[in-house]
Amino acid sequence: MLVNQFLILAAVLFCIGVYGVIARRNAVMVLMSIELILNSVNINFLAFALRNGSVDGHVFALYIIAVAAAEVGVGLALVLLVYRNRKSIALDELSEMKG
Amino acid sequence: MFAEASTVAHEALSSGWFLEHAFLIPVIPAVAFALIIFFGKKLPMKGSELGVLSMVASLVFSVGAALQWINRVNGATEEQYIDPVIRSWTWWNSGGFEFGIGQHIDGLSLTILVVVAFISSLVQIYSLEYLRGDRRYTHFFASLTLFSAGMLNMVVAENMIQLILGWEIMGLCSFMLIGHWWEEGANSRAALKAFFTTRTGDIGLLVGTSVLFFSANSWTQEHLGVSGFSIRGLSAWALSGNPGHAAITVGAVALFIACIGKSGQFPLHTWLPDAMAGPTPVSSLLHSSTMVVAGVFLVARLYPVFFEGMNIFGSGVNLITLIGGITIVIAAALAFVQTDIKKVLAYSTVSQLGYMMMGLGAGAWMPAVFHIFTHAFFKACLFLAAGSISHSASHHSFEMKKDMGGLRKFMPITFTTWIISTLALCGVFPFAGFFSKDEIIDNVGHNGYQVFMVVGLVGAFMTAAYMTRATYLTFFGEPRGASAGESHDDHGDAHGEVHGDAHASHGPHESNLLITVPLMILATLALGAGLFNATPFGESWERMTKWVEPRSVVVEDMDHAAVGETRGVPAAIAAGAEAPVGEEPHAAEGEHGGHAKSVCGTSTPEKGICNAPQLQHAPFKWSKAAMSVIIVLVGMLISWLISVQMYTKKSGFFVGLTSRNKLLALGYRFLVNKYYLDHLYEKVFVHGIAHPIAKAAYWVNQNILDGIVNGAGLVARRVAGWVYRNVDQRVVDGAVNGSGAVARGTGNVLRPVQSGKVSQYGALLFAAAAVAGLVLIIVNT
Repeated sequence: MLVNQFLILAAVLFCIGVYGVIARRNAVMVLMSIELILNSVNINFLAFALRNGSVDGHVFALYIIAVAAAEVGVGLALVLLVYRNRKSIALDELSEMKG
Repeated sequence: MFAEASTVAHEALSSGWFLEHAFLIPVIPAVAFALIIFFGKKLPMKGSELGVLSMVASLVFSVGAALQWINRVNGATEEQYIDPVIRSWTWWNSGGFEFGIGQHIDGLSLTILVVVAFISSLVQIYSLEYLRGDRRYTHFFASLTLFSAGMLNMVVAENMIQLILGWEIMGLCSFMLIGHWWEEGANSRAALKAFFTTRTGDIGLLVGTSVLFFSANSWTQEHLGVSGFSIRGLSAWALSGNPGHAAITVGAVALFIACIGKSGQFPLHTWLPDAMAGPTPVSSLLHSSTMVVAGVFLVARLYPVFFEGMNIFGSGVNLITLIGGITIVIAAALAFVQTDIKKVLAYSTVSQLGYMMMGLGAGAWMPAVFHIFTHAFFKACLFLAAGSISHSASHHSFEMKKDMGGLRKFMPITFTTWIISTLALCGVFPFAGFFSKDEIIDNVGHNGYQVFMVVGLVGAFMTAAYMTRATYLTFFGEPRGASAGESHDDHGDAHGEVHGDAHASHGPHESNLLITVPLMILATLALGAGLFNATPFGESWERMTKWVEPRSVVVEDMDHAAVGETRGVPAAIAAGAEAPVGEEPHAAEGEHGGHAKSVCGTSTPEKGICNAPQLQHAPFKWSKAAMSVIIVLVGMLISWLISVQMYTKKSGFFVGLTSRNKLLALGYRFLVNKYYLDHLYEKVFVHGIAHPIAKAAYWVNQNILDGIVNGAGLVARRVAGWVYRNVDQRVVDGAVNGSGAVARGTGNVLRPVQSGKVSQYGALLFAAAAVAGLVLIIVNT
């Protein structure tokens, strides 16, 4: 069964995604990393759908793709507005807290 | 993990390597696209060499497959059904659904494959010169290659899902290519308009495909062992007499809406002329063989579905002929008021697509497909000639009235090729357009659609007239504007800074070989392509009819072979391509006594299946042909005389006619504003529907939601006042002051965590999730 390989691939993608979210300064890169995480989840869904022979996992994966597209749309709009206001999309420069 | 599901070869039918591997034709440019995107900029010719090479390779494969197909047809008996070469692999299979990918190769797909690969190769070679020095040169070639890959994929498609894939790739690439010079607002608006308009139609494609799938799936699974997406399955199902009237009509109408959007038919034609904002090679490719032909191709491909769903031959008028007929006339009328040479050609394309649709709607399948074939050559040639003029003579302007005129002396090759293609487009006797367009008009009349035959003749007259006007404005008279050497900066388009400088110093001249050689090749074909199906010269000249038209014979050997096949695939489909031909199917053939004479399309076959409806061919008469040629020549003559009066002598009756006669002025304004369709879409649909919704939402927001919120606020304030006086001041304060001290202490401890740094928050989130996960595992084990 190929399920193990799929799960390992998903785990690797997930870790890369988490690393990206934590370590990257560029907001767009963070958004891309979130996409990686979502897709690793997708692969998990598909792997288990394959093992159980049901269509539910496929349907869920399609939903996630749709939601992820919406999420990136909102995210990029935010990034664009932040850039217009501050001329920078580096996340660590965004903090306005004094402390 | 892909398992080969089914392949086809018939008993005595020959096959060959190219036929069996025709699925590689779209794969080659798709791979080339990826290579150009990733490595293009590092290559010596910036990736363009990959694009050209991949298209030439596709052309070689297509021609090889076409020759083997001809061999296959010639080896078959007169009454035998020529099985298409179908191969399919399953790439998605779950819960009883199955999506395949593969190839469905027959005469129709091979015709279009050869045309697309051929035109794409020439257009890419032409672009080497036309876009030299462009700032997004590599990206341009990448998009162009993917564009062709999309079209080729759609043409070889074995099922509707694969077809939709190719269809949408083209939609995306047309967006990228039309908006290639997106720095200029008008270009990116045109790209968006093209994308949204075709997408509006695409809803029909999805709806139609789903409707047909759910209606046909059980029948196709049972009788053919293929899914309800399969093109072969849908065709056989449509002619089986099994489908309900409602299902197939809804499916056909929905699919036709998609074709209206893609093929620029009325009323969704408005995006096509605006698509001229892209570079000229793109217009040439988009208007001749890819993209706009996709809609016509879909109708021709799933012809049995439309044949039954639209009741072709059944009544005096059906949706396809009606839309096609309207499109011919309104687009031709619009071409008269254009001053931009590319827009004249664009409306001409819309009008010619109307001919194809009308032909398909009236049962003239073969003439319509042949018109796709010939139209591709001369329309590509006309666009490339227009590009050559703007490249070398008029400083990137396409304005005929302002910047052209008298160019025949400076650009002899461009002029000659333009004239040949114009004559072909008008349908003058020995040129390619005559053999296809006249056949459409002839057959439409023969099949009982007399009104539309008249529409076709009127269209031919108008075509001759507007093309003569455009030719006169461009090549005759005295040079004007940029062609006369005047320099003006208002035409410096987005690429002008890198591109136009080389030409600023000298006047109009002939373009170099990279441009003229494709023009000459295309002009030769515009002259001679008609001979592939020259009906006037007798039956032996009707080669395309023999090779391409699917034969409407009842295939009877289906029940027999289902025995022993795991998936119930009949012999006609199951005889493996690799398996030696002529084993099992041969036996089946012998017992059932071959194929019966056709009843396809006229009644339900009692036994076996039909793959194509029975069509009629009008007998050719020189008198009818002479009439249409005379109409065309009269149109040219009248238009020529008026053009000389208006544009050169600038005197006489016609000059200023629209300012003297109110009715004509009204008509002119109507045409210039494109029948106000753009206004309709913009003002009524976009503003009329989207804005009221927004307004209603605002009103609800202001009056109802705010009212509730305000009311709640009022009540809350009263309650709060009471609570403040009685509870807060006395009971709580004491406790709060005590807890305040505690909170300050904890706050000091936790303050570093609330850093305001997003990545630290993220890290905390994941750490907490990991801990929660660990807890979950420990609890559950």
